[in-house]
Amino acid sequence: MKTFGGPALFLDRADINTDEIIPAKYLTEITKEDLKPYLLEDLKLPGFDPKGDKTRAARVIVSRANFGCGSSREHAPWVFEVNDITTVIAESFARIFRQNMFNCGMAAVELPRERIDTLFRYAECPDASIGVDLEKQTITVQGGGEVESFAFDISPFDKALVLAGGWVDYADQRY
Amino acid sequence: MGKTTAEKIFASHLVDEPFPGTRVLRLDVVMCHEITTPIAIADLMARGKDRVFDPARIKAVIDHVTPSKDSKTATQAKILRDWARRHDLKDFFDVGFNGVCHALFPEKGFIRPGYTVIMGDSHTCTHGAFGAFAAGVGTTDLEVGILKGVCAFREPRTIRVNLTGALPAGVYAKDVILYVIGQLGVNGATDRVIEFRGPVVDAMTMESRMTLCNMAIEAGGTSGICMPDGVTVDYLWPFIQDDYPSQEAALAEYSQWRSDDDAAYDRVVDIDVSGLEPIVTYGYKPDLVKPISEMAGTPVDQVYLGSCTNGRLEDLRVAAQILKGKKIAPTVRGILSPATPQIYRDAMQEGLLDIFMEAGFCVTNPTCGACLGMSNGVLAEGEVCASTTNRNFMGRMGKGGMVHLMSPATSAATAIEGVMADPRKYL
Repeated sequence: MKTFGGPALFLDRADINTDEIIPAKYLTEITKEDLKPYLLEDLKLPGFDPKGDKTRAARVIVSRANFGCGSSREHAPWVFEVNDITTVIAESFARIFRQNMFNCGMAAVELPRERIDTLFRYAECPDASIGVDLEKQTITVQGGGEVESFAFDISPFDKALVLAGGWVDYADQRY
Repeated sequence: MGKTTAEKIFASHLVDEPFPGTRVLRLDVVMCHEITTPIAIADLMARGKDRVFDPARIKAVIDHVTPSKDSKTATQAKILRDWARRHDLKDFFDVGFNGVCHALFPEKGFIRPGYTVIMGDSHTCTHGAFGAFAAGVGTTDLEVGILKGVCAFREPRTIRVNLTGALPAGVYAKDVILYVIGQLGVNGATDRVIEFRGPVVDAMTMESRMTLCNMAIEAGGTSGICMPDGVTVDYLWPFIQDDYPSQEAALAEYSQWRSDDDAAYDRVVDIDVSGLEPIVTYGYKPDLVKPISEMAGTPVDQVYLGSCTNGRLEDLRVAAQILKGKKIAPTVRGILSPATPQIYRDAMQEGLLDIFMEAGFCVTNPTCGACLGMSNGVLAEGEVCASTTNRNFMGRMGKGGMVHLMSPATSAATAIEGVMADPRKYL
């Protein structure tokens, strides 16, 4: 199983789409590793630099509603995966992106808006970090000397996919 | 309590329910293109499982960048081609026979009412126009679909959109779906199926129904769905005439997939289209829509007519009717990509391509190309495109470019004037 949690990258906008996560012109790459340099290349947000240290250090992304909307491209979860980002936490996800994350054995965690707001209070902390315990279904956020913890919901199927390492292994054993 | 079309299809295709709320369905059709399939093929090979569950149920096409523009896209095409040959896929469409998947596969009669359909492409929802459950998926779902013929879904609830009234002249299925997306919002239908109902849909051609269903995903929808009826049977008849004694018999069987009158809906949206104007988008999300009257006069650099949304023959006819005997503005580049070779030939034989070329359009081969900024009409930084496609995300058709979505009619009027224009004055 992959490891979840670590330094957090906060993307404070709803509807971040798959073209922003990985532009279509890079879909001609035929290995996941080749996608690595293009992470979030076309995303324009105040203070966000796709090549910045904060982006490069990130292991968790926190964002708003409808994250991952648009194309079905699994290149979006893959570009996260090859950059060691294995968790995205958002108020809601587009269906295909959410399924793609779990199908790859990664986590797309939905939290109510108040919880997302709580996490965003740590956005300015240079040491903001989020721990995700999928077994216990708890999230721990820390930064600026503060720590908070709370529970989250995840569907049993999605959890089983993460534990199995993804949908191919799960389906291969079962069907 | 009755069932919706989606509920009937889920019940009839259920293979497993590994957890409450998760339905693993048997797949009738798995469709593949050269952008999202090669990594699935590579993974299957790496696992020593280079197999397909049923070569007759897998359809493949090279469509996103074709003919290949460089070594990388040529490699992607080669991987798909070699795989299709290796597994003896009868329905594989290469250069000369290839077109935009969601226009080509319906044209070949591959989609039937009651089917389950997946593809590694978000606009797979198009095929719900036939009364099928058709969902875009990622490469991993596609890989499992190829290997096992199954896919897992959360059973989607259904939003029923009732379209009543009569479409005014100059207003088309594209305007309707843009308006619907504006009403629902870009995630208003997430984990939902959008069922398009009412006399306006009943009167629509299959092409127009496909335009409606094609953009269900732009509201987050899993699949669009229209009720199978006589129009569906007419369209499919050349492919099914040996299977049924009469069209009535086919209709009787297909009607089992229609939603029951007492089916339960997550939400019902009533829209009277009688007062609708031509609609265009103005921002970087497809739910940001305005009537053309509020956007007229906005300059554009390029007009693009094509794609799985609006690259079909009836779209070309509407645009040609407006362009006939006229020239496009000298400040505008006009690009037409008929969505399939059949559409291309029909348009040629009807004289439509002459009209486009006389007007100053470049006619390209069928391909997804420019719609997602990959080839055949990519925008430069700061350029604006009036487009009959489905996504207006920032940079979608080229880094730093802006896209305004609209109908073929509005795009034709815009090409003539060089600024966004109301098509109704040309009708």
